[in-house]
Amino acid sequence: MRAVLLIAGNDLRQRLRDKSLLIMAILVPLGLTLVLNLVFGGLENEEIAAFAVADQDNGPVATQFTGRVLGALEREGVVDVRRVRTPEEGRALTEEGAVAASISIPPGFSQAVQAGRPAVIRIVGHVDRPVGVQVARSVVEAFAAELRYVQIAVATAGGPPERVAGEAAQAPAPVRFAEAEAARRQLDIGANMAAGMAVFFLFFTVQFGVTSILDERRDGTLARLVAAPIPRSAILAGKLLSSVVVGTASMAVLLVASGLILGVTWGDPLGVAALVLAGVLAATGVMGVVATFARNAEQAGGQQSVVAVLLGLLGGVFLPVAQLGAALSVVSLATPHRWFLRGLSELADGGGPGRVAVPVLALLAFALVTGAIAMARVGRMLRP
Amino acid sequence: MGDEPVLECRGLRKVFGENTAVDGVGFSIAAGETYGLLGPNGAGKTTTISMVAGILERDAGDVLVEGRVHSPRDGRGKSAIGYIPQELAIYPDLSATENLRFFARLYGLSRARARARTAEVLEVIGLADRAKEPVKQYSGGMKRRLNIGIGLLHEPRLLILDEPTVGVDPQSRNAILESVARLAAEGAAVLYTTHYMEEAERLCDRVGIIDEGRLRAEGTRRELVGLVGENDRVLLTAEGDLAAAAEAAGKLPAVRQAGHGEGRVDLLVESAREVLPAVLDTVTRAGAAVRAVEVREPNLEAVFLHLTGKALRD
Repeated sequence: MRAVLLIAGNDLRQRLRDKSLLIMAILVPLGLTLVLNLVFGGLENEEIAAFAVADQDNGPVATQFTGRVLGALEREGVVDVRRVRTPEEGRALTEEGAVAASISIPPGFSQAVQAGRPAVIRIVGHVDRPVGVQVARSVVEAFAAELRYVQIAVATAGGPPERVAGEAAQAPAPVRFAEAEAARRQLDIGANMAAGMAVFFLFFTVQFGVTSILDERRDGTLARLVAAPIPRSAILAGKLLSSVVVGTASMAVLLVASGLILGVTWGDPLGVAALVLAGVLAATGVMGVVATFARNAEQAGGQQSVVAVLLGLLGGVFLPVAQLGAALSVVSLATPHRWFLRGLSELADGGGPGRVAVPVLALLAFALVTGAIAMARVGRMLRP
Repeated sequence: MGDEPVLECRGLRKVFGENTAVDGVGFSIAAGETYGLLGPNGAGKTTTISMVAGILERDAGDVLVEGRVHSPRDGRGKSAIGYIPQELAIYPDLSATENLRFFARLYGLSRARARARTAEVLEVIGLADRAKEPVKQYSGGMKRRLNIGIGLLHEPRLLILDEPTVGVDPQSRNAILESVARLAAEGAAVLYTTHYMEEAERLCDRVGIIDEGRLRAEGTRRELVGLVGENDRVLLTAEGDLAAAAEAAGKLPAVRQAGHGEGRVDLLVESAREVLPAVLDTVTRAGAAVRAVEVREPNLEAVFLHLTGKALRD
């Protein structure tokens, strides 16, 4: 153990003097997170949430829409509705960018619907907020479809037009977020980007560990380590330990910094710590195995970069896993990134450390398997 | 020089694929003795000492360090060895102090002892005044000295140096050779590989001549030269009756051959050191005034040529 600590300490001393480590482990992921958050952060917080609604009808059907449909979404915290008196006021708010879209219900809307005549709800969207506009359109279309269903039902039954409003009130809410529970368990965009960048660059941060054996072979110092009265396994263990220390430190700095700068709440600290440690061990193991297939440090660096990018892509660092398609979504389970992000999502819901048991175990399994392979293959690397 | 060998190698063998790098090499080194492995590049010197140092597994043979069988997993045996590789083996981003202290601790020295030995070795290698600077700022010679210093930290009973003077300027080379001689004088057993005949002759008590993985011969310089059976050559720069001087010298029992040229008498003798006073007396009596004397003894280069049919630098 003494030799392991000495070798790890010696490695760390050299790493701390290497500015590229600081850049790769902290500055680049943090900088990218901030930039991406500036670019995409508003997408979630404003476009999806804020609508202006001008109800000039105030009839029973219009009230159903503004009260029951939008009110329900508002209570869910999914949208933020600003009620305005005129469509012009709504349009002005949209043009200012204060809301993603304005919805206007013209006078006579309820009457037209009840009479079975065509009726119109107008949507004016902000040109730069396609997601928010799409959400507004979807809500209105769903309500319109529901009204058509009720109109047909009333006409078929031969009831009076006034029944439309009553039936509409009885019908199930046309727009609901049935996956609201699951939605809350997703990280918000800022948190997802911060976590994604942290775990993505973690693989680059820890890659020096086993690769530095190849550096030492090139520089001749490996012969000295092998000639010293220490077990050869201590050399590998020392290298892995220095990777784990640097990886854990960089992850801790990134998560704390993104919490402070972006206001991200990661959840239970114990759960986060378990995830970070398991994630660092998995990353160290994966990068270690890749290094054992290389002939020199340069080759190892190239191969590790390819593996890190591929795993990051598949693991949902750059795109949400849901957008990868069913097949790739399953494949993503073979990446530590996916389990790490999933673990953080579980914690984002406010659960305790127990919520991350499965992700942590999955990450530890990665670490165990890859670490064992690295141990088995490292013998050839330790020939000076 | 002690009687008990610090290092004893028997029948060392190492095969890489189809190539037998070392084949049946054996030798021993006593305390205070410097043993040179002399051979051209690719002769098997580095492979041999890598097996001795425990860096390389051997395919056959034994290595005994202080009477104990030594293997790559033998921590105690390794503690007795100071290994100085041919290439620089130092951390360039660390200072000399940090390099030395790290390896001292790795060889099991306590924190206090490591600190003390680091200071001592820095004095020995002449880097005490620049000990805190990153090694990458050092000159080539300074790096070489540090490279050697690391091998001395734990005061090994057996010091292995693998061609430590390759690529070194003459001044640093001289300093290295003096350091090695001093260590041997202090009682360390030294195994020194080189392909420089001059170094082997200057430094080593005994020399093993190795070529194509086999130890062709070993012994003291004189013993090896004796294998060749060559005589010493004495060149006298002189004035006067040189023909008479050569004829008189040729009659001495130890002189095998005598001749003369312009300002010069050329003699082939059995042992120049023994016969030289008699030669000088004889030629002076014969009428020659000797201005300078040059003795050319048969060297290891000639021995190597005799044993292998090729020159050392081939």
